Amino acid sequence: MAENHAQHLAHHFDSAEQQFESGKLGMWLFLATEILLFGGLFCAYAVYRANHPEIFVYAHRYLDKVMGGINTGVLIFSSLTMAWAVRAAQKGQQRALKWLLAVTIACGFVFLGIKFVEYQHKWKEGLLWGKRFAPHAEGATAVASPASPPALAPPAGGGEEGTLLPQAAPGPAGLARADAGPARHESAEAPKNVQIFFGVYFTMTGLHGVHVIAGMVLLGAMLVRAVRGDFGPEYFTPVDLTGLYWHLVDLIWIFLFPLLYLIH
Amino acid sequence: MSVIERVVGLTGRLLGTQSDGSFWMPVQASTGAPGVDRLFHFLFWLSLAFFALIVGLTVLFIVRYRRRAGRDEPEASPSHNTALELTWTIVPLLLVFVIFAWGFKVFLDLNTPPANSFEVLVTGQKWKWLFTYPNGHVDENLHVPIDRPIRLVMTSEDVIHSFFVPDFRIKRDVVPGRYAKAWFQATRTGEFQVYCAEYCGTSHSDMLAKVIVYEPGGFERWMAEAADFLTKLPPAEAGARLFTSRGCAQCHSMSGVGGIGPTLKGVFGHPVQLAAGANVVADEDYIRESILEPQAKVVAGFQPVMPTYKGRLKDAEITALIEYLKKSSE
Amino acid sequence: MVTNDSTVGHGTPAAVENALGADNYLNHGRGLGSWFTTLDHKRIGVMYLVSILASFLLGGVFALLVRTELLTSQKTIMDADTYNQLFTLHGAVMIFLFIIPGIPAALGNFVLPLMLGAKDVAFPRLNLASYYFWIAGAVLALLSIVVGAVDTGWTFYTPYSTSANSSVTMITFAVFILGFSSIFTGLNFIVTIHKLRPAGMGWFRMPLFLWGLYGTAIIQVLATPVLGITLLLLIVERALGVGIFDPALGGDPVLYQHFFWFYSHPAVYIMILPAMGVISELVSTFSRKHIFGYRFIAYSSIAIAAISFLVWGHHMFTSGQSNLMSMIFSFLTFLVAIPSAIKVFNWIATMYKGAIVLATPMLYALSFLFLFGIGGLTGLFLGALAVDVHLHDTYFIVAHFHYVMFGGTVIAFLGGLHYWWPKMTGRMYSERWGRIAALLVFVGFNVTFFTQFVMGAQGMPRRYYNYLPQYQAYHQLSTLGSYLMAIGFVVIAVYLLQSLFRGAPAPANPWGSATMEWQTSSPPPAHNFDATPPAGDPYDLEPWRWDAEAGGYVRRAPAASA
Repeated sequence: MAENHAQHLAHHFDSAEQQFESGKLGMWLFLATEILLFGGLFCAYAVYRANHPEIFVYAHRYLDKVMGGINTGVLIFSSLTMAWAVRAAQKGQQRALKWLLAVTIACGFVFLGIKFVEYQHKWKEGLLWGKRFAPHAEGATAVASPASPPALAPPAGGGEEGTLLPQAAPGPAGLARADAGPARHESAEAPKNVQIFFGVYFTMTGLHGVHVIAGMVLLGAMLVRAVRGDFGPEYFTPVDLTGLYWHLVDLIWIFLFPLLYLIH
Repeated sequence: MSVIERVVGLTGRLLGTQSDGSFWMPVQASTGAPGVDRLFHFLFWLSLAFFALIVGLTVLFIVRYRRRAGRDEPEASPSHNTALELTWTIVPLLLVFVIFAWGFKVFLDLNTPPANSFEVLVTGQKWKWLFTYPNGHVDENLHVPIDRPIRLVMTSEDVIHSFFVPDFRIKRDVVPGRYAKAWFQATRTGEFQVYCAEYCGTSHSDMLAKVIVYEPGGFERWMAEAADFLTKLPPAEAGARLFTSRGCAQCHSMSGVGGIGPTLKGVFGHPVQLAAGANVVADEDYIRESILEPQAKVVAGFQPVMPTYKGRLKDAEITALIEYLKKSSE
Repeated sequence: MVTNDSTVGHGTPAAVENALGADNYLNHGRGLGSWFTTLDHKRIGVMYLVSILASFLLGGVFALLVRTELLTSQKTIMDADTYNQLFTLHGAVMIFLFIIPGIPAALGNFVLPLMLGAKDVAFPRLNLASYYFWIAGAVLALLSIVVGAVDTGWTFYTPYSTSANSSVTMITFAVFILGFSSIFTGLNFIVTIHKLRPAGMGWFRMPLFLWGLYGTAIIQVLATPVLGITLLLLIVERALGVGIFDPALGGDPVLYQHFFWFYSHPAVYIMILPAMGVISELVSTFSRKHIFGYRFIAYSSIAIAAISFLVWGHHMFTSGQSNLMSMIFSFLTFLVAIPSAIKVFNWIATMYKGAIVLATPMLYALSFLFLFGIGGLTGLFLGALAVDVHLHDTYFIVAHFHYVMFGGTVIAFLGGLHYWWPKMTGRMYSERWGRIAALLVFVGFNVTFFTQFVMGAQGMPRRYYNYLPQYQAYHQLSTLGSYLMAIGFVVIAVYLLQSLFRGAPAPANPWGSATMEWQTSSPPPAHNFDATPPAGDPYDLEPWRWDAEAGGYVRRAPAASA
């Protein structure tokens, strides 16, 4: 045991405890950067949803709640197996550790598989981001095509602030004051700029998907090392840190699912 | 000029009390300018006082406490003094509150147009400003009457520009897809420079225009004459005016030199090579199509970057442009 | 000038105790391979130093070309597109390749573990990875110049950057990778400071340079990811047309500006906080006095780091954001001025009753006080809403940020470089040429940039290739100053390179500082300390006395100093 201890202690640390704590703090800081990375996208989501709630209410119906729901379940389950795997590593249960890591990876594959099927449906229906947005299949006929680029179009409504000048299309309001009329929350009619929702949807779920893959690669590496028998009660930091990362990836999905699929 | 006059003049320039421009600021030509300048010069003298304090103490300490023969060691002095440190925390804090409040007040004045403003639509495009008057006249310069609030409603055809008139102390970014607003009231007649202040590509620094401020009555005379040049002038001459005032000349030269777009010297009635490979004769129909649907037949060797003029040029204007090209190709 | 030349390193006796001949980190492993695979923080710091100095040279040449073009109001030596590319590259290279990693990754990497009495940073491999990410980013950025130069300005504003026909994708990806490099450095520093502080060094016994680096690291870790996602969105916008920033597809180009400045304003403090840390070390050491108001300086670093996240909107006072938002951002902007003012007053108070030594590093520290003073005070003009409307995007802004970034950060970097040069190389540089160069840079800098304040207030917009003849005299004076500055930098390069071969051997503690890095040999051994020194007050200079025999400062027993 003592030998194993020294083998994993880098020369610049005084004790294994110091090394473990450093690793853990480092991982938490890294997770903070990940949260801020996604934070940017959540901000973009918040800005567009606040300014154009009608787009979000309208477009979210084209997402498959059942598949999203199953995926949520799969990821929550994988978090459980992951936490269990860390526990197994701490207790030195080698067989359980290997199996639990393998199940966690399998959950990742199931998640990506379901996500792939969802993407494929969207692709077929043309419900894609910005420039590629071209709804055509039956299920999507009601979705409007993108608004024409804002130009000096004829006045859309009454002169805003009594201007005598021709009006531009309302266009995006972004962080500026929204000049749009009252939001149509439950309108069946397709609002303008529905492609914004799908742009946000694909960016957020796409970036999340990349993180799932990265997590699976890490888990794969842990599995290889577990098979080699690297881990035990004296040394389980890498499994612990991988676990933290995997939980974060799950947690982000737990925010994405209601924000994108369950809008009212 | 006597010495006293010079001294008075220089002092005025440093104090910023002169409306024809100081050492720091350009001419004050709008109602908003004096307020901005008062704050600017207040800040200038405040900063100078603090700067003199910092540099003065530094120099004083260096001279007095320099290590030299006979003065090898520092003297004992405390390494902190909470009362002193709180003083130089709180005093600057109070001062910046004053600056903040003052800056915000003047900013609100600059941003709030009076109700009876005269409106002009401003369009920014690479690399030209266009000014559209309520009667539909479009000009490459902004003509306005003196002593009357002018409200600008601005949008961009392509990327972000920024409408900047230093003499009026106004600046506002012009963003595609939305309306930016600004206003001013000129207090001097004459010509004032308009810049684009947001970087917008190759000829950003040539995206210039003038504000031309007229004495009472002058603006109306100009407007009456400018508005119907299309009916008064021969079509080719009107076309020549449109060619520069509507932005064609920004990209298309009439001298044979290539630019962002192909030169239009002698193009009318002659074949042009298209990017798609075919040849086409530049006749009336081709030119009209190229104005309204620029991407339809792009000339070989050029990028498809021209914006459409559909809805921005009237039929009579397009006809005048065609006449101009026809005439200059003869 | 200083009369006691021996105190600043001139004519040190041959008997000086120096590790150049013995085993040290420079000769511990042999061959280039031992450098490229090293995990030694000192070597990584030196590699960073060489790399960022090369970037500085590149960015400096770009700057001189830009200034030369501006000698006349029309074309001087290049066409408009080339000019636009050059100012873009000048900004991008200087900011992302030089000034952000400048003090933390080069000087900080070398000094931070030494100041803690530690053997290395917490994650040496991550540290090396950070360097290689930097190299990858730099190579990509240079490739983007070769493939088709970028002309968007270093801010990559949409929709120009999404429509511009250039290699924007490649350079933004390069900056994305550089972001990882920066995050890794910051993460490493935070963990190192938290976990590897020696027993006896509480938070308020840390040298102030470490407080500066700590504040910087927090910003690096928390702000850089937002730049990362912004650039990723820009890349997918260009590659796939996602439309989040594209007004034609319902997106909002101004949202990009919010994202960009959410990183890039705190990034300004990534640049200036470690510089302030350096100045704290220099002012105390060369006044031979304990730093004045340690706690206020330390807290102000953290205050700056915290407030820096809340002021990004002041870059958008003219963008059309609501008056309310402009008001809030203006208010917060003024708050961030206060901690900087506190530091300046504390440094001046440190000099009071000291025994001020005008050695080269101190000349840079004094330059810093002067230039950062101007840079900070002109910030008040820009925080005041009404005045900012007039000054925004003019040469006044250009002058302001050069006074802060160059007059502040680069000058402090030079001060730090001269201060730690003997420790890094084991050699002393020419003190006389050091002072001459410091003066040249100081004068040249002021001639270059003070003129820009005046022409900016007069209305000269930035990023202009052609300009109106009324500004020509200002531009020519400014260009003249830039040449003067360039001469100063050539002088620095010459005598520093010369010192590597001919410089007098440096003692362990040439300046009489009390921080731990001076309590090991110059240059230090690979494992940093033969015997870890006890952690004490890092500004208690009293026991450190000049010893003519040792050629440097040595610690005297407390009884002897009374």
